[in-house]
Amino acid sequence: MNINDYSGVLVYVEQRLNEVQNVSLELLGKGRKIADELGVQVTAALIGKNIEKHARLLVEYGADKVIILDHDSLELYSTEPYTQAMVQAVQSESPEIVLFGATSIGRDLAPRVSARLLTGLTADCTSLEISEERMLLMTRPAFGGNIMATIVSPDHRPQMSTVRPGVMTKMERDAQRVGEIIHFPLQIVKNNNFVEILSFEKETEEKQDIQEATILVSGGRGVGSKENFTLLYDLADSLGGLVSASRAAVDSGWMDHDRQVGQTGKTVRPNLYFACGISGAIQHVAGMEEAELIVAINKDKGAKIFEYADLGIVGDVHKILPFLIEEIKKINLTKKIQD
Amino acid sequence: MRFELTNEDLMMRELFRKFTKNEVEPIAAEVDDLERFPEETVKKMADLGLMGIPFPRNYGGAGGTYWQYINCVEELGVACGTTSVILSAHTSLCAAPIYEFGTEAQKQKFLVPLAKGEKVGAFGLTEPNAGTDASGQQTTAIKDGDDYILNGSKIFITNAGYADIYIVIAMTDRAQGLKGISAFIVEADTPGFTIGKKEKKLGIRGSSTCELIFEDCRIPAENLLGAEGKGFKIAMVTLDGGRIGIAAQALGIAQGAYNETVKYVKERKQFGRSISQFQNTQFVIADMKTKLEAARLLVYNAAYKKENKLPYAQEAAMAKLYASEMAMELTTKAVQLHGGYGYTREYPVERMMRDAKITEIYEGTSEVQRMVISASELK
Amino acid sequence: MKIVVCIKQVPDTNEVKLDPKTGTLIRDGVPSIINPDDKAGLEAALRLKDQYGAHVTVITMGPPQAKVALQEAYAMGADRVILLTDRVFAGADTLATSTTIAAALQKLEFDLVITGRQAIDGDTAQVGPQIAEHLNIPQISYVSAFENHGDHAIVKRSFEDGFQKIKVSYPCLITALSELNEARYMSVMGLLDAHRILEIETWGFSDIDADIERMGLKGSPTKVKKSFTKGAKSAGKMVEGSPKELAIAIVDKLHEKFMI
Repeated sequence: MNINDYSGVLVYVEQRLNEVQNVSLELLGKGRKIADELGVQVTAALIGKNIEKHARLLVEYGADKVIILDHDSLELYSTEPYTQAMVQAVQSESPEIVLFGATSIGRDLAPRVSARLLTGLTADCTSLEISEERMLLMTRPAFGGNIMATIVSPDHRPQMSTVRPGVMTKMERDAQRVGEIIHFPLQIVKNNNFVEILSFEKETEEKQDIQEATILVSGGRGVGSKENFTLLYDLADSLGGLVSASRAAVDSGWMDHDRQVGQTGKTVRPNLYFACGISGAIQHVAGMEEAELIVAINKDKGAKIFEYADLGIVGDVHKILPFLIEEIKKINLTKKIQD
Repeated sequence: MRFELTNEDLMMRELFRKFTKNEVEPIAAEVDDLERFPEETVKKMADLGLMGIPFPRNYGGAGGTYWQYINCVEELGVACGTTSVILSAHTSLCAAPIYEFGTEAQKQKFLVPLAKGEKVGAFGLTEPNAGTDASGQQTTAIKDGDDYILNGSKIFITNAGYADIYIVIAMTDRAQGLKGISAFIVEADTPGFTIGKKEKKLGIRGSSTCELIFEDCRIPAENLLGAEGKGFKIAMVTLDGGRIGIAAQALGIAQGAYNETVKYVKERKQFGRSISQFQNTQFVIADMKTKLEAARLLVYNAAYKKENKLPYAQEAAMAKLYASEMAMELTTKAVQLHGGYGYTREYPVERMMRDAKITEIYEGTSEVQRMVISASELK
Repeated sequence: MKIVVCIKQVPDTNEVKLDPKTGTLIRDGVPSIINPDDKAGLEAALRLKDQYGAHVTVITMGPPQAKVALQEAYAMGADRVILLTDRVFAGADTLATSTTIAAALQKLEFDLVITGRQAIDGDTAQVGPQIAEHLNIPQISYVSAFENHGDHAIVKRSFEDGFQKIKVSYPCLITALSELNEARYMSVMGLLDAHRILEIETWGFSDIDADIERMGLKGSPTKVKKSFTKGAKSAGKMVEGSPKELAIAIVDKLHEKFMI
């Protein structure tokens, strides 16, 4: 492996049910920045069936070149045909850097590709930088998120990484951008690594266990009424989280006991915990103080909850939440791609 | 003297702690509140081999050590005094005497299902007029052909109503006094044997404590445990072992109260800071920790002696005396440090305090322990 | 049916705390456990043993103290346990680790290999798929349901927005999520046997057919350049302002912490 034979950034473009995923556009944005720093090209590998229509979009989001790998066996994601396609793309383009979104597809595909190419792969990166020696510095959380590690692949090419969605930024869409669009001469060989997809179903079941939720929007006495909890449900929906409550809210009949957080309820450890109109009594705090990020909203500046919150918002929940929901919905909209 | 915990012991303890945390702790308050015998927990314990830890495999047991059994009673007690005593009464008071004094046929018939946890055991000695003075046995067992006929009643029997097998102490020959008392194995569905009143108690409310009523209850002669006239001795030896179990239960309850208190005093803020920063709190915690350690060493030492077939009755009495009184003191202080909240059902310490009290009373009151301990010095 | 389960002994990273003064990790006294995803994989294998009489071998690559994880696996019901340990394997990244484990698996017969999706210390989720590549067998990751059908399996493979139902022939590899099942406890008998009668097979480099250049640190394309803690959790910030300003402040914080 001669390092000098490799040049450029290759981005795996993930599509599901023929919809390009937002993370891939984020990676084109980041890939563009890295490529500019290195003085090289960004190539997008668009893999699937009948996906040609997305190629132009990829150029507008930063690709200098789009290679279309279109094949019947690529209609739905499956490890082996996608691995073959991506490996051929890498062998043809010889990029020094390959980026995948750290999605359930990316984290299935990238390891297989990297092992077939006998090169290094770094998982779930939250930061990518170029060193003085033109090496990719891949930083990622480890040890259950307790530490950050910076990884390099000094002697192997390509340097591959899966990148956490939502971390990198998309470029401004530029309809004037010029790029090359190529149909790649793809050869998919059926072998014993192939599996048979019997069906694909959209997710219908909703997990309502607050102890499993990664995001909780919790309401207390300050919410005021059962009806006012609608605001919390809206916020939770917009974030993909669940609603929980303090004992005061449950005792008042506004929420069911299975949503109660605290000493006589459940102990939760979400990544994000909103404490809305919750005073912060010790019995409640005991059930949520291990949350990664605690945002407390309360009218009373002296409320105990502020001693445990990472971000303390002094204000009226009923006035703040509508604005917050609006902002979150705006962000969600930018994640949807209009072709 | 030395006892060290081996890797095997440490992993075993980890297993007990995990089981307690996942299966016992979540329902402990409910078991107490509803006075409910936790049948589902007993079934899970049976599946894992917890109901026969110290008995050999060929009798359906797990083949573990005596310390491991005692540690199980202790760890269960950290979350729930009820579950802890269910195991202790079943193992030490019912299965153990059959193991120690039973014939091969009795062991196969009764010990195996007990050790496997397929059946639950209980022990009936106490009577309305025979508590601390256990010698005043009024329940009679009269030989009649190939059977004995039992008449009389027992009270305050742990596991009664759920147990399938009962060790029952009864008078076979009043003229012989203590040497006229015998021990019997009685199965639950025997005609003439009924379960009477269930007691409503201060603590260990999930433990089923009932009266046993024998009215012309006919049991086969092969259910005589040990020889005729050996019953009182069997009962005393059984209680010696049971004492270590209760000491372990008390130790566990006290440990549970201590764990809760440490957690609470770190979180609770008054006068602008955590109450753990006040010297009074610190001193109380220090005393609790020291007494727990002292009790632990007494309990483990008694277990070690029994395991190694050394005389252990004194050590067992001292362990039970100290651990039970320590548990009462510690749980009371735990409630005190919790303040008003500790007096409510919202926190577990009030239950732990109520559960601790019985350990000073059953399987020989503290007064009895003191008699046992001093008698060997002063006779 | 023959199943091989790959497990890893890891520190319980949920119990790791940051020293508030130095900002470094306190690793002392952190218990070692079987990685939760791996344990779910082992439980899945044991259920197949309960149902179909499958033979379950558990293998782990690690230092000598990983023996405890194997004792636990045996106490849960595994039939055979193997410790893959050698100085030569140390310092391995995921490629070198998967190469080593795959070489060991070549010495075993199997219909199904089960690994956990990811370890709670490395957090890469790479070793399972890479083992499958080295063994040249199909892989299914993110398995949320599994049905054995003699010479093949029907599995449910989760995606963010739905799931595929897949038919895969044996031999194959699946990666298990800890949500797949509720793992059983060790039984007291199993635990005692694990200490009193179990002899753990120990395999070193000389017991497997592998290229030494691809083992351990030498065989690792990726290297850790540096690691650092994120810093002790600083005291919370209090903000006042108009409702709109406050909403923006919240959004900024969520962005900062990669929450949205």
